[in-house]
Amino acid sequence: MSINKEEIKKVAHLARINVSQAEVDQVEKKLVGILALIEKMQEVNTESIEPMSHALDINQPLRADKVTEKDIRDKSLALAPHSEQSLFIVPQVIE
Amino acid sequence: MLNLSLKELSQALEKKQFTSVELTQFFLNRVKRLNPSLNAFITVDEAKSLAMAEKSDQLIQSGEKAILTGIPIAQKDIFCSEGWKTTCGSKMLENFISPYDSTVIHKFNNIGAVNLGKTNMDEFAMGSSNETSYFGPVKNPWNLDCVPGGSSGGSAAAVAARLAPAATGTDTGGSIRQPASLCGFTGLKPTYGLVSRYGMIAFASSLDQAGPMAISAEDCALMLDVMTGHDEKDSTSLNRKKENYSNFLDNKIDGLRIGIPKEFFEDGLNSDVQKVIEEALKQYEKLGAKIVDISLPNNHLAIPAYYVIAPAEASSNLSRYDGVRYGYRTKEYDDLMDMYFKTRQEGFGDEVKRRILIGTYVLSAGYFDAYYLKAQKIRRLISNDFKVAYEKCDVIMGPSAPSVAFKSGEKQEDPLAMYMQDIFTISTNLAGLPAMSIPAGFINDLPVGLQLIGNHFEETKILNTAHIYQKNTDWHLNAPKGID
Repeated sequence: MSINKEEIKKVAHLARINVSQAEVDQVEKKLVGILALIEKMQEVNTESIEPMSHALDINQPLRADKVTEKDIRDKSLALAPHSEQSLFIVPQVIE
Repeated sequence: MLNLSLKELSQALEKKQFTSVELTQFFLNRVKRLNPSLNAFITVDEAKSLAMAEKSDQLIQSGEKAILTGIPIAQKDIFCSEGWKTTCGSKMLENFISPYDSTVIHKFNNIGAVNLGKTNMDEFAMGSSNETSYFGPVKNPWNLDCVPGGSSGGSAAAVAARLAPAATGTDTGGSIRQPASLCGFTGLKPTYGLVSRYGMIAFASSLDQAGPMAISAEDCALMLDVMTGHDEKDSTSLNRKKENYSNFLDNKIDGLRIGIPKEFFEDGLNSDVQKVIEEALKQYEKLGAKIVDISLPNNHLAIPAYYVIAPAEASSNLSRYDGVRYGYRTKEYDDLMDMYFKTRQEGFGDEVKRRILIGTYVLSAGYFDAYYLKAQKIRRLISNDFKVAYEKCDVIMGPSAPSVAFKSGEKQEDPLAMYMQDIFTISTNLAGLPAMSIPAGFINDLPVGLQLIGNHFEETKILNTAHIYQKNTDWHLNAPKGID
């Protein structure tokens, strides 16, 4: 499997990153190389192997849904590129 | 103050030979003088550090002193620190002042260690040369034309040049051990889950692990004593009894079985590095250890599997940088979509964008099984290889990196060549094992690191094994010239 310019544009769209026409060639060259490296995985048969998502095969613990953090709302809002009246402001999405 | 170990610094503070304020000022002065040529720090805040030192002096005065109380520690700029700029080496977080402390920072603050400043790093910890930082490359103190390694390159240069007595780092595929090797000091990546990831900016969550970077194994053990422990705020943090890592350093290593994986001495290893490693192994034999041949037959698949798993997790983790709640937002945009696209185009550097694209691709419809699931299966094969190996040996050794520090710019345009830097370190991240790099010699005045890999939770054993070597050799005490 390899990747072409059309697929790069599609993936970039999914990732919400602009890739300009000028950048596509460079990106393609490098991604093709990385995917060729990844392709080595196909050399081995892994049919009966269980996938491993945690290095120690430990399950995710659950906890009670309680508030444990102190209130840092104002501090957090102050970090926003744009906030008003305790709300994050983004361009209008609904007409 | 310059060449004292953490234990010696601690004793001197206790005996009032100097204060924490004096010690902190001493290192701040070194940072001021030497950082312009190294670029090891992104943020230094003298007033904040000195205020912390003053508080530490009060703790010492009142007899409430832990071992690292009053000692300045350089913190990788991946750890959220309340009131400090925390950038992760990215334009995306250039002006992000953390509203809270990561658990690692909290633990250091809690015992009165001093935050000496935030160290430079590859952007979002993606890199092996510290050249992807938005805040410029870090230089290797042994040779300013060379890279310090990465991604914890700023912490590495700071420790090597004695700008800080010790530092923190994080290691997703080798980011503590490879720079420790290239800069000639001791670094340890703990068992996955031993150190909390809460407030540590995420790259690849199933691989990321924080650890100490310092001159010696003894220093690393003292740091680890502070950093570890179960944390409810990190769901992958292991719930087990906290160990004491500094109590067993002097255990005898007679009869220790050292496994040597033949795959670590095949293609890709520089022959001079191989000679240095072989010398170190001879030294271990003299100290009573036995060499055992082992095999890690799937090691060659570690890099391919890593470059699926790590970018996949990164593409998910980095989706939070959208220009809405914090971080960079593009200046001009037509609508919400346009804002997302431009913010992420302008806020991320090339390597980060490449990895997000790869990660998005391997997770996209139709490719998940062929890539992500396949990589997770290979991860198990790699982990099983280690299980088999540890039936025959106690500790595994080999090189930390395939070569000594390379020239700045040399691999910058070739991601594949850069990725090969982690050929000996990545498999232990996939298997979640603890591993160290310790100085073992030099090639043309550039340091070479020996890697020690332990079984899960055997930090004590690898620290003990490293400490015995360091008691009988002095490679770790060598400092670069021109930093006095």
